[in-house]
Amino acid sequence: MSAHLLYAFGGVVLCGMGLGGFILLSHLLRKLLAFNIMGSGIFLILVGLAQHGGGAEPGMDPVPQALVLTGIVVAVSATALALVLIRRYYYLTGQTVLESSAESGRRNNDDDPGSRKDGAL
Amino acid sequence: MKAWFATFVVLAVCVAFTGLLAVTVWDIAQTPALVQLPAMVAEKLSESGVKNPVTAVLLNFRSYDTLLEIGVLVIAAMTGISMARTPTLEDPELRTSNELLFALQRWFVPLMLMVAGYLLWAGSDRPGGAFQAGAVLAAAGVLMRLGARPMNFLRPGILLRLGLVLGFAVFLVVALASAFAGEAFLDYPEGWTKVLIVTIEAVLTLSIGMVLLALFVAGPVNEYGEEDDPV
Repeated sequence: MSAHLLYAFGGVVLCGMGLGGFILLSHLLRKLLAFNIMGSGIFLILVGLAQHGGGAEPGMDPVPQALVLTGIVVAVSATALALVLIRRYYYLTGQTVLESSAESGRRNNDDDPGSRKDGAL
Repeated sequence: MKAWFATFVVLAVCVAFTGLLAVTVWDIAQTPALVQLPAMVAEKLSESGVKNPVTAVLLNFRSYDTLLEIGVLVIAAMTGISMARTPTLEDPELRTSNELLFALQRWFVPLMLMVAGYLLWAGSDRPGGAFQAGAVLAAAGVLMRLGARPMNFLRPGILLRLGLVLGFAVFLVVALASAFAGEAFLDYPEGWTKVLIVTIEAVLTLSIGMVLLALFVAGPVNEYGEEDDPV
């Protein structure tokens, strides 16, 4: 059990938390944040496991670092694109949640159906 | 009642997923690796043209990944721009005027441009490279965008298009040229490696900065007087 492995297990926990948040939260921004947390967890697992060295002498492994670097850049641009799409969706529908969860939310807490602020952050 | 049950099921699934992942990670950590990638990279590092192993992997050994990555970035930027409601990406009405912001700009923007240049150059023999430099470049652009600095290159037109695709285009041209010259796809010719890598990194930096900045600027803006609050 090395310090590097601790990072990998931290990544595992982040992955689980992100998955739960992604399914349970209805606000689109929160969903996006949860998805990003999950992605960060995966990056941590990749780098942590590689630094641990798989039982061999621990040292820097440039290959997973390069992969994670690529992943971070793609994740940042995908997040930015998702934000643009969410803002467009909000502009068109006035809602910050997806269609089906908006309906079930309305059924559950018997809110004013005309309210455009449901699920506001 | 039904909602509570659904939440419980989701939480149980997540805990199970986390446990399974933890067991897998532990299992992988205990198994010795079959292939020693660090040793392989170290062995071939002298042939890669750069001294930093991460840059060598990104732009030589696994340059295919980087080529696809900049392709993804260009697609994301194009989608983002096509979502923008405002006809110009750099609307004069949306500029702010703030004394503190101006002061910050005057000190920070030149510094950030210098840091981006340094990171780009440092990438060949120590941590740094096109992505870090591109991110700093984009941050400098965001700072300029928040202030009143007009940035005409962000208006839809030839400059925006050129800036967005430059990195991908140059990378692809190098890849195809090396393929037609008899080497494999993306196999740089002997002796040209360092020059080509630094050139590709320079145009990548510019394009990554442009893509991130375009995505920042592309956020659809609600018109004035509408009831929608900006989120």
